[in-house]
Parts: sequence; C-alpha cells; structure tokens
Amino acid sequence: MKLLEYQAKEVLASLGIPIPPGKVARTPEEAAAACAELGPVAIKAQVPVGGRGKAGGIKLAKTPEEARAAAAQIIGMDIKGFKVPLVYCEAALEIEREIYLGFTVDRDARANILMLSAKGGMDIEQVAEESPDSIARLYPNPWRGPLDFELNQLVFKAELGELARPLTSLIKKLYRAIPELDAVTAEINPLVVTKSGDIVAGDAKLEIDENAAYRHKDLEQRFGSMLEGDAFEVEAKKRGLTYVSLDGEIGIIGNGAGLCLSTLDLVQRAGGRAANFCDLGGGAKAEVVENALAVILMNPRVKGVLMNVFGGITRGDEVAKGLVTARDNLKMQLPLVVRLSGTKEEEGRQILKANGIEPEGNAWAAAQKIVQLTRVTA
Amino acid sequence: MSVLLDASTRVIVQGITGREGSFHAEQMQAMGTKVVGGTSPGKGGTTHLGVPVFNTVADAVEATGANATGIFVPPPFAPDAIMEAAAAGINLIVCITEGIPIQDMIRVKDFLRGYPSARLLGANCPGLITPGVGKIGIIPQRLTLPGHVGLVSRSGTLTYEVGSALTASGMGQSTIVGIGGDPVLGMTFTDVIELFEKDPATTHLVVIGEIGGSDEERAAELLGRGTRLKTVAFISGRTAPEGKRMGHAGAIISGNRGTAKSKEEAFRKAGVAVAETTDEIVGLLR
Repeated sequence: MKLLEYQAKEVLASLGIPIPPGKVARTPEEAAAACAELGPVAIKAQVPVGGRGKAGGIKLAKTPEEARAAAAQIIGMDIKGFKVPLVYCEAALEIEREIYLGFTVDRDARANILMLSAKGGMDIEQVAEESPDSIARLYPNPWRGPLDFELNQLVFKAELGELARPLTSLIKKLYRAIPELDAVTAEINPLVVTKSGDIVAGDAKLEIDENAAYRHKDLEQRFGSMLEGDAFEVEAKKRGLTYVSLDGEIGIIGNGAGLCLSTLDLVQRAGGRAANFCDLGGGAKAEVVENALAVILMNPRVKGVLMNVFGGITRGDEVAKGLVTARDNLKMQLPLVVRLSGTKEEEGRQILKANGIEPEGNAWAAAQKIVQLTRVTA
Repeated sequence: MSVLLDASTRVIVQGITGREGSFHAEQMQAMGTKVVGGTSPGKGGTTHLGVPVFNTVADAVEATGANATGIFVPPPFAPDAIMEAAAAGINLIVCITEGIPIQDMIRVKDFLRGYPSARLLGANCPGLITPGVGKIGIIPQRLTLPGHVGLVSRSGTLTYEVGSALTASGMGQSTIVGIGGDPVLGMTFTDVIELFEKDPATTHLVVIGEIGGSDEERAAELLGRGTRLKTVAFISGRTAPEGKRMGHAGAIISGNRGTAKSKEEAFRKAGVAVAETTDEIVGLLR
C-alpha cells in the first residue's frame, strides 16, 4: 500500500518526526481557506507516484487567491495515470539546506538499507549515479535495528556531523516504520534544515508491504479507501484478483505472474498491445475465472480477450467451465482466444469445443490469432 | 544423479495435517519420495498418511533422521517454521508458502547466517523435483522425465510449461528447481547453477528469469566465467510496464539493472543463448 504524502506525514508525525503545518483541500475554496490560515503555502498534488513536481503538480501560493487558482489547476490533473483527487496545502519552508534520508529493501543484499546524503532534493538519482560515495549507506541488523554508534558513523560519513544528534534521533524514529509498520520504503526527501535550524520532513514517501496487510488493518481502514487508483484495479482488488491496467486493446488472462508477463511479451511480439491482464494464481476454480473475465471486460477499450493457461496445480476443466459460464453470463460478443495446456487439458478442451471455442495449440499461435481478430474488428 | 534431492533424501512435511500439506505430501509419496514424517504442533504421536506426526521439527529429526523439509504452513507461521527447521539441523528447507511479509523474510535470512549448512529454497516457490526419484513441493510429476537438463526458474507456471515442453521433446531433466518469485529469497540462480555445474548427470541448463532484482545478471556473470553446461536463458516481462514508482530509494540502489533488456544483454555477453519465447527454448537447447 502506497500512502499519499499527507497520509505518510501523519504517520511520520505519530512516530515523532517534525512535519510542517498543512491542510488537505478537495476544492479550490478549501485551498484558499488553508492559505488564509497558514500563510504562504505549497499546493501539492496527492498521488501515489513519484515525479509530480516535474509534472506540474506542485505550486507555491502567497495569497488565498493564488492558492485557489493553483488548486483549481492541480485538482483533477492527470499525473502518470492518476487523476489528482485532492491537494495538500503546506506552510512554505525557509530552506537552509536539503538532506536525503531513505530506507528501502535491497533485494540483492536481502536486507534493509538506510541511505543518507547531504545532497538531497529532486536530483538525488543523478547524485547516486555521478558520486555514489556521497550517499552513506547502512544495513541495520533486522532483529535489533540500527545502533547509536552505527548511526553516528553514517551521519559523519555523509558529512553531516554537525547535525549528528538531531539526525540520529530522527533516523531512529523513521526506522520504527520498518519493524512496526512493515514499511518497504520510508523516504524523506528533502529532509529540510530551515533557516531557524529546525529539521522537518519536506516530503514523505511511505509504502507498506501488501503481504503484511493482515498486521495493519488499522492503516488500511484509515487510508486504504483514499488511495484512488485505477477504478478497474480497485474493483479487481475487491474481488481478490491480481489485476493490472495497461493501455492497449487486448485483455489477457493467465495463471502465474511469469506466464502473464510472457503472454504480454507474446502479444506485443505479434503486433498487439494489452489493455490489461489478470493473474488467476495457482489452483484457480471456475468462479475465479468468471470473476477475472468480468473484470477484464469492464474496460471498454478491450476489443478481444486472450486466455493463456498452463495447468500445473490449476485444472484445465475448471478453467474451461468458468470461462464458458462467464462468457455466457456476460453475453460476451468480442473475440475470445484460448490456449489451455497441462493438467486436465483434454477435458478442458472438450468443454471449450462443445461450447464453440476452438483452443489454440500453443501460446504464440494464440497471441497471433487474437491480434489478428482484434485488428479486423478495430 | 541430480542436485539437492536424491534417493537418500529423508523428507518431513511441516504442516502435514493441513489441507495443502496433506494433499502435496501424498503426491510426494506417490512418486516415491522418502517422506519419513511430518509436524503439526499438538498432534505429536499420531500417524498421518502412514507416517509419524511430531510436535516439533527437533523431535522429527531425532526420531527419523530427516534432512529435508517441505513447509506448507500459512504466512504468519512460515518464517518461524523455516527457522525451526534450520535450528533442528535440517539441510534443505523448501518453503512453498506464498505471501510472507518481506520484513519477516529479511529477519529469517539474517537468522540463517548462523546455520551455514541449511539451504533455503523459496519462499513462494513451487519447490524442486528430481524426475523418477522424488520431489519436495508442488511441481506435477507427470510433466517431467528423468534426464540431463537442469532447469532453474523464478516462475512457477513457466517452470511447468518449459518442463513439459522438454519432456514432450524427449529431453529429460536431472532436477527442476523453482527458486520462487519473492523479492527476498533463499537460494539464488547462482547457488543452484553452481550445484548443476558439479553434477555429472547434468549436461544442459535452462534458466528462466524475470524482471526485477539482479540475480539473473549475477548468474550470467557466473556462466560467462566458463561452464560445461549447454545453456539457454529466457526472461519474461520484456514488455511489462515500468512499475509506478514512489521515491528514489529503489533507483539509487538498483540503477539500470533489473530490466529484461539488462538481463538478456548480460546473458548474451556471457555467450548464453537467449530464447525470445518459451517455445524457442527446446530448439536452442538441442
């Protein structure tokens, strides 16, 4: 679960990390009122994706009038596929310097990594490429967390020694997000040192591990419904499906992440583009297939559906039954191409044939066929 | 011959009385795997599927001499099950469980440093199978054939698909190993390839990777230093959309690695044939 900035800041504040005063605004009027109360503010788009500054999603406003105009521009704007539902109006900071502070999972090291750099701000990725040594790194022990001397070393290595005390204390607070909240990313960039010498979180990115959601139902309840992503993805999640929206015209159903990805590759190779895909997972029953087809067809861009299933634990007859039922219930008229192999493939193919679906022999042939059929109808 | 699992491997199943554990333990027995027992806390002293059930892994090891385990317990209990197995002296720990929180796995990986002889496969993996000999996990036996191809894969379904294509064309397998798809894993491609390299029965190698992480790049580096195995690699996800990323931390540590392009180039540079589709794998391997 990726939290929005204002949600992440609420969480950081609850861990004891200073944040600037701010207010959420859903309308330009609310933004104007926030500015009247807080003084000059930054009006910031709230979307669960990076790069909003460069996309025009952050504007400074000195007066309520400017705040109203900025919010009117930003609310409803599309940033990397996310429609901005609301803005966060935050008191403008008198910035002395910007620091980078981030935790994430280093999958190659199979460990959490903590990174600190005196060169914070928007260009931190460039800093990482050009002068990797200016980013100090620490792999804290996952059972006991970082020790004081380790953090002290880190801070001096990052040439931030003059801030050693306040920084080590702040890093320890941020680290709590890992064991206590199952954060897989907890990043403050910039961590702002103000002209008056305070250290506050200028921005905040917090991503909670989906696998650990069962331990954090409170967070899900507080914030989950606010994360307005793609409407189809929201619906798929409600039905317990793994679903991803893309921007082509072919709907894809597969079983297993690897097979779904390789099916996308085949469709593209055949000259088509996927509109979305749905992963049935392992051992899917007929009902799951019915749900998957329903969600795939909700997207009006879908001009045809390709189902590619290889049964290991999944049974071909179950999949075929679910597909036929769903097609009939949904009165699906669009082209439907199926490749079904593996466990109970003969039984599955018989069911398909008896219901007017001629299964393809292999995945590549199936991909070519659906691309051809959707071209004709396009 | 084979890697990791042979006729002498004595296997227990953690969670043997559960629905999944029970079903797959029976499948494992059906192909001749030496399943010597299982665990299910509170049910020690009973018998299930004709083998003794124990309360703890330590009890099972003491009574049966087990040296391998298959874990089929739900995500909240699986991390502890892995550590329990390592502490009891099990050498091969195969964790099938899907959905374990990443932070739990990071702690497990740290714990396992204290048990260097314990190898962990997974979690979130289909396990491994030595055709004609035995299996730990859920890979269907009928897709496989004894032979000389080593197959190592991050994806479950593609493992089945490619295994079955090899079988259909008469190319049998020495061992098929599914390392799993989670970001924080036990054995890596490199670990498994090193075992295949030393196994006299393995002459060919198929590596099935996917986007993310840089384990495939490391495997390519290893193979580039020289191998006796005729190898084909396949990477899924070359057209996958870039993840909608938040924050810079991921990019700082991974740079350009992790893409399908980076992985395919790494294999080509190492002199390894790269299949563009799974259908091409068998032809390139011949």
